[in-house]
Amino acid sequence: MTGKMAIVGNGDSIMVFKAAGVATFPAEDDKKARDVLRKIAKEYQIIFLTEELARPLTEFLKRFDEAPYPVVVSIPSGSSDGYGMEVLKNAMERALGVDILFHQ
Amino acid sequence: MARLNVNPTRMELKKLKGRLATAVRGHKLLKDKSDEMIRRFTIILRDAKRLREEVEAELSDVLKQFSIARSITPSFEAETAFSMPSVAVQAECSTESVMGVDVPKVELIREKRADGLPYAFSEITGEADYSVQKASDLLPKMVALAKTEKAVRMLAEEIERNKRRVNALEYVMIPQLQETIKYIKDKLDENERAAVVRLMKVKGKAQAE
Repeated sequence: MTGKMAIVGNGDSIMVFKAAGVATFPAEDDKKARDVLRKIAKEYQIIFLTEELARPLTEFLKRFDEAPYPVVVSIPSGSSDGYGMEVLKNAMERALGVDILFHQ
Repeated sequence: MARLNVNPTRMELKKLKGRLATAVRGHKLLKDKSDEMIRRFTIILRDAKRLREEVEAELSDVLKQFSIARSITPSFEAETAFSMPSVAVQAECSTESVMGVDVPKVELIREKRADGLPYAFSEITGEADYSVQKASDLLPKMVALAKTEKAVRMLAEEIERNKRRVNALEYVMIPQLQETIKYIKDKLDENERAAVVRLMKVKGKAQAE
């Protein structure tokens, strides 16, 4: 199966990926991002979402964990605020109950 | 632990013993599955963490570079230059099974572009070339991160579910069955003793007469 890639984000940060050949969908806030995600979830297999939009949508994004596709993954826009690591950390704590990687 | 509400008969005892054997076997199998899933999970988790660190570092570099490029190019020109990509990236998507969990497996396919960049060199400064090039180079890594992180999340969920099953068997089902079996055994023994005593009494009375 051939999948398509998309990036959802705000402003300039997504433009550079447009030039690199990824489909871009602008969304200025989390409400808009949620609508966009609903719309494109069936069509695109890999969706990048900028961190500041992903953070308020954490609950919404959980529904994508049921099936292998689409893959929704957060990326930093500018410098990272640590959201991606938090996601990993949560998964680890749920599965193992202990911290084996982050040691904070 | 509450025992099951059953009649203390030999039939029930036999049935319950069968169920206990199945439960113990199932518990062992699930526990083994859980152990192996956790082992694989830790490997994938380490991978995901490394990838995320790399992607975040490189991406912030790319974006910094890009914002420099933007700041020295008039915004109108930048919009037009960047909005016509000459290349389309696609991904070959399939699934692979990790301990019975279908996780995504993605391979990036890139169609070669003719000249490398989606705009004429006269339009845009060199910083932009650099940032676009770097963004393209980063894509395979981002895709790898996407699939690894998804695998982490899916596995975590499955491990949690499995753990709940193991615990339900270990702390509810098995003790319950054991207690009920013990109860039925006690009851049957008691009945037997009662019968023996009754016989002895009857015999005693018969001899006394």
